[in-house]
Amino acid sequence: MAANPMTQFEVYRIGPEIKVGAFDISFTNASLFMVISSLAILIIFNLGSKKNSLLPNKIQLLAELSYTFVSKMISDTAGSKAKPYFSFIFSLFMFVLFCNMFGMIPYTFTVTSHIIVTFVLAAFIFISVTIIGFIKHGIGYLKLFVPSGVPIVLLPLIVVIEIISYLSRPISLSVRLFANMMAGHTMMKVFGGFVISLGVVGGWLPLSFSVALTGLEILVAFLQAYVFAILTCIYLNDALNLHH
Amino acid sequence: MVKKIFFQLIFFNLFFLKEVFAAESGGMPQLNPEFWISQIFWLTLTFGILYILLSKLILPKISANLELRKSQIQENIEAAEKQRESSEAKLKEYDDIISKSKLEANNIFKEARENVLKEINSKKETLDKQIDEEIKRVEQEINLLRKGASEKINKIAIETTSELLMKLIGTEVNNSSISAIVDDLSKRNGDKYYGN
Repeated sequence: MAANPMTQFEVYRIGPEIKVGAFDISFTNASLFMVISSLAILIIFNLGSKKNSLLPNKIQLLAELSYTFVSKMISDTAGSKAKPYFSFIFSLFMFVLFCNMFGMIPYTFTVTSHIIVTFVLAAFIFISVTIIGFIKHGIGYLKLFVPSGVPIVLLPLIVVIEIISYLSRPISLSVRLFANMMAGHTMMKVFGGFVISLGVVGGWLPLSFSVALTGLEILVAFLQAYVFAILTCIYLNDALNLHH
Repeated sequence: MVKKIFFQLIFFNLFFLKEVFAAESGGMPQLNPEFWISQIFWLTLTFGILYILLSKLILPKISANLELRKSQIQENIEAAEKQRESSEAKLKEYDDIISKSKLEANNIFKEARENVLKEINSKKETLDKQIDEEIKRVEQEINLLRKGASEKINKIAIETTSELLMKLIGTEVNNSSISAIVDDLSKRNGDKYYGN
């Protein structure tokens, strides 16, 4: 493998170049891992929901635990009004989680380590939440930017800050996931490189670091998927239950 | 020693890292827009299909499974509760039967005891009566015998006396005078002779 820790993030075409008009939509390694993650999710949850036994087997238990986990997360953060969006948040959480986890397998590609992917997801969430907010509350949704109980003198400043923070949501959401994934994978690659360069004599220390980092990164992979999903829930909560 | 090696390693590593980054020319591949459209397209496609399949096919099934299990468990709990209640009622019934039968057994025992006591008493009474009658009869007999005995003794005494006198003196003595003496003696010393 190349010593450059950034080569693992390179996207390359698999198969022929596909062009629609001016746009290149070729199948790439990123596309491959999106497909693999989606397929893995579908296979696992299909197997987990196929047979309903009173005493669930392992895969059914996995599916049902995930279901109750996400459902509890949504009801805890966004209340019962968020029920119609359960499928979306569940898909989002699982997609991000599986992409992160597949990225932890050596020689694979981490879909979520690309800012464009996380940004598209975050932007979609941001736009959807804004639309839902305006549909539910009409123009009253703008009250989100005017917190109650703030002195009138401070109000213009607060409103500006609130608007900026609202608009920066998609950026913070996407950059958080992307940067975490990229940093973790880069660090692992760097430590892996040290193992090779220091050889049998000195390679043990970075190797042990690498092992520890792998554990940490698996935790981060789960945690970032969870954070991504829970922030989506919080944004949704703002749109559904307007009480600022 | 170990520490020294450690710091040396870090130093060399940093040196090496510098080289690595120097060798890199393109920077972050993430900022290369060559495949952005492709990624957006494939993300939308795969995530869209994933969302549709999950929301239309798989999640409703899992939810139904969970609901079913919940209701089944609820039913089982209710059934168990019902059975518990019925078993409790049966236990109570059983206890009642036991206490009732205990009471009955007690009553029977008491009755039997009373009967036996009554019988014993009545038998004892009749026996007592019989014994009393027997005693009375025997006493009468004894009395009769006693009376008879004193007369007989007197007679024997008179006869013996008269015979004695006849042998001694050789003449017959008037019986009536002897009997008068014996009577007088027996009256005086009767108690000494016959007890009582």
